[in-house]
Amino acid sequence: MIEVAVSQKLGAFALDVDFKTDGRFVALFGHSGSGKTTLINLIAGLTRPARGRIVIDGETLVDTARGIFVPACKRRLGMVFQEGRLFPHLSVKQNLLYGAWFAGAVDKSGAELARVAVLLGIDHLLTRYPNRLSGGEKQRVAIGRALLASPKLLLMDEPLASLDDARKLEIMPYLERLRDEAGIPIIYVSHSVAEVARLSDTLVVLSAGKMRACGPTLDLMQHVDLFPAAEGSDDAGALILATVVQQDNGYGLTKLSSRAGEWLMPRLDVPEGRQVRMQIKARDVLIAAERPDGMSALNVFRGVVAEIGATDGASVELRVDCMGETLIARLTRYSVERLQLAVGAPVFAIVKSVSFDRRTLGSGWQDLRASDAGAAAE
Amino acid sequence: MSLLVATVAVVASLPFGLATAWVLARREFWGKSLLNGIVHLPLVLPPVVTGYLLLISFGRKGPAGQFFEQCCGLVFSFRWTGAALACAVMGFPLMVRAIRLSLESVDRRLEDAAGTLGANPPWVFLTVTLPLIAPGVIAGMILCFARAMGEFGATITFVSNIPGETQTLPSAIYTFTQVPGGDEGALRLTLVSLVISMGALIASEWLARRAGGAGRIAS
Repeated sequence: MIEVAVSQKLGAFALDVDFKTDGRFVALFGHSGSGKTTLINLIAGLTRPARGRIVIDGETLVDTARGIFVPACKRRLGMVFQEGRLFPHLSVKQNLLYGAWFAGAVDKSGAELARVAVLLGIDHLLTRYPNRLSGGEKQRVAIGRALLASPKLLLMDEPLASLDDARKLEIMPYLERLRDEAGIPIIYVSHSVAEVARLSDTLVVLSAGKMRACGPTLDLMQHVDLFPAAEGSDDAGALILATVVQQDNGYGLTKLSSRAGEWLMPRLDVPEGRQVRMQIKARDVLIAAERPDGMSALNVFRGVVAEIGATDGASVELRVDCMGETLIARLTRYSVERLQLAVGAPVFAIVKSVSFDRRTLGSGWQDLRASDAGAAAE
Repeated sequence: MSLLVATVAVVASLPFGLATAWVLARREFWGKSLLNGIVHLPLVLPPVVTGYLLLISFGRKGPAGQFFEQCCGLVFSFRWTGAALACAVMGFPLMVRAIRLSLESVDRRLEDAAGTLGANPPWVFLTVTLPLIAPGVIAGMILCFARAMGEFGATITFVSNIPGETQTLPSAIYTFTQVPGGDEGALRLTLVSLVISMGALIASEWLARRAGGAGRIAS
C-alpha cells in the first residue's frame, strides 16, 4: 500500500497531491512541468515536503505533522534516475553491489547478483566501466543497482526518456519482466502514453502540480479528457486487451480477438493464445455512421457513442463503446455535426491496421484485472 | 631538510584543506567570504609579512605558540616544525583552491543516487565524492608541495636560517650565494632542487592518471 499526501511550493509552482494505491506498477503520468519528478524526489527523500505524509507499506517515511522525516539513505527505496547516474569510478559489478553492501545484503555466492544480471541481460558487462556502456546498457545497470539494494519499492524517474526508440524497445521487455518477476512494487514516472499504456496497472495523472486522476490504467485510458490534445499529446487512445488467435504468414498479418470483435494487425511476434494489450490511438480511429463498403481498412467495429469530449478547439474526442470495449476517436467538430453524432448514436469505428504503434504493445498481463480490483482511487 | 619540511607541510594540511574546501564549496554561511579571504591571504601578502605574522602569533610569546607548547609540547619558533608550518600556510591556498574547484565540478546527483542506495553522508563522501575529486586533491597536494619546496620569505622571517634545523633548500642556496666561492655548492643544490621538482611532477602525473583514469581504462 502506497499512501502519498503532500504539498510543496517551489517558487510559482505548487505541488499538491493526495493518493493511495495498492498497485504493483504505478505510473505517475503528466507532461513536463506537471510535478512528476518533484513528487518522486519527495518520495525518495531527496527533498522535504512543506506539508504532508508519505507511508509505504505501513511505514511512515514523512509526516510533517508529527515531525517525522526519514532521510533518503534509510528509506530502502531503490531509485532509477533518468540519466542513470552510475558511478564513473566503479566497474559495473561494483556499481551493482554498491547498494547491496549498504543494505548488508551482499551474499558471498554472488547468486543474487547473477540472477539480477541475467534478468536484465547485463551479465556479460560486469567488468566494464560505465563510460564503455551504451545508453540502454547503462540504464539496465542502473535498474540492477537499485534492485540489488533490496528495496521495498522501486522508483523510476523516466528511465527511458534519454534513450532513442530502439533502446526503449530494448529495455521495455526487461521492465515487464521486472514487474512480473521481481515482486517489488514500482512507481514509474513518465510523460509517454505508450510506456504507461504498456507497463502500468495503476495510473496517477498529474497536471500543473495537481492530481487529475488516480485509478486502474485500463479505466483511466478510456477517459477522453485526461489525455487532451490541447496539452500537446498526440498519444491519446484507448487500451485494448486482445488474444492472439492466428498468425497469417502469407499476408504477414496477425489475427486477434477482443470483446469488440476481430482485429487484423501487421504481424506481431506473439504466440497464439497469448493475451496482449495494445493502445489504439485516437487519431487512428475513423467514425462512420453506416457500415462502410469497399474500404481498405480491415478493422471495422459496430458500437455506440458513449461520450463526446469537450469541444473548444477544432477537434473533439469521442468515446465509442463497442460491445463493452472502448475505443477513442479524434474527429473534427465539423464531422461530429455533419454526422449528427450524439451520445447513444450507433456508429462504426474503423481502425487502419498499419497505423498500429508497436511501442504500445505489451505482454504478460494476465493478472492485471485482478490487481486492478485492489487499486483504490481517492 | 626541505623534503621533510615540505612533505610534513602537505600531509598535515591535507585534512584541513579538504575540510576548508568542502565548507567553501558546499556551505552557505555568514562570514563565508571572510573565511575565503583569510585562506587566500598568504597568496597575496608579501611572504615576509606572513612570516612576521606567524612569528608574533606562533612564536614562543605569541598566543597560539604558547597554546601549542602547553597542550602538546609543540614548539614552532626556530625549529623545523616552524618551517613546515610556514610552508603549509603558504601552500594552503593553492591546495584549497584545487580541491574546491574539483569539488564544485562533482555531479551532486551522483551523491543523491548514492543516498538512495543506502549510503549515509560520510559514506557518500568516502565512496563517491573522494574518488571523484582524487585528481583535484592530488593536484592540490603537488601545488602545495611545490610551494613548500620553494618557500623562502616566510620561512626565513619566522624560523630564520639555521643549518640542520630550519635551513631549507632555497635558504641554503641563498647562503651559498652570499659567501665567496659558494657558486659550486649553490649549483649542486640547484640541481638537487631540479631533480626533486621534476620527480614530484612526474609522480603527480602518474598518480592523477591512476586515480582519474580508473574510469577510463577498462580492465
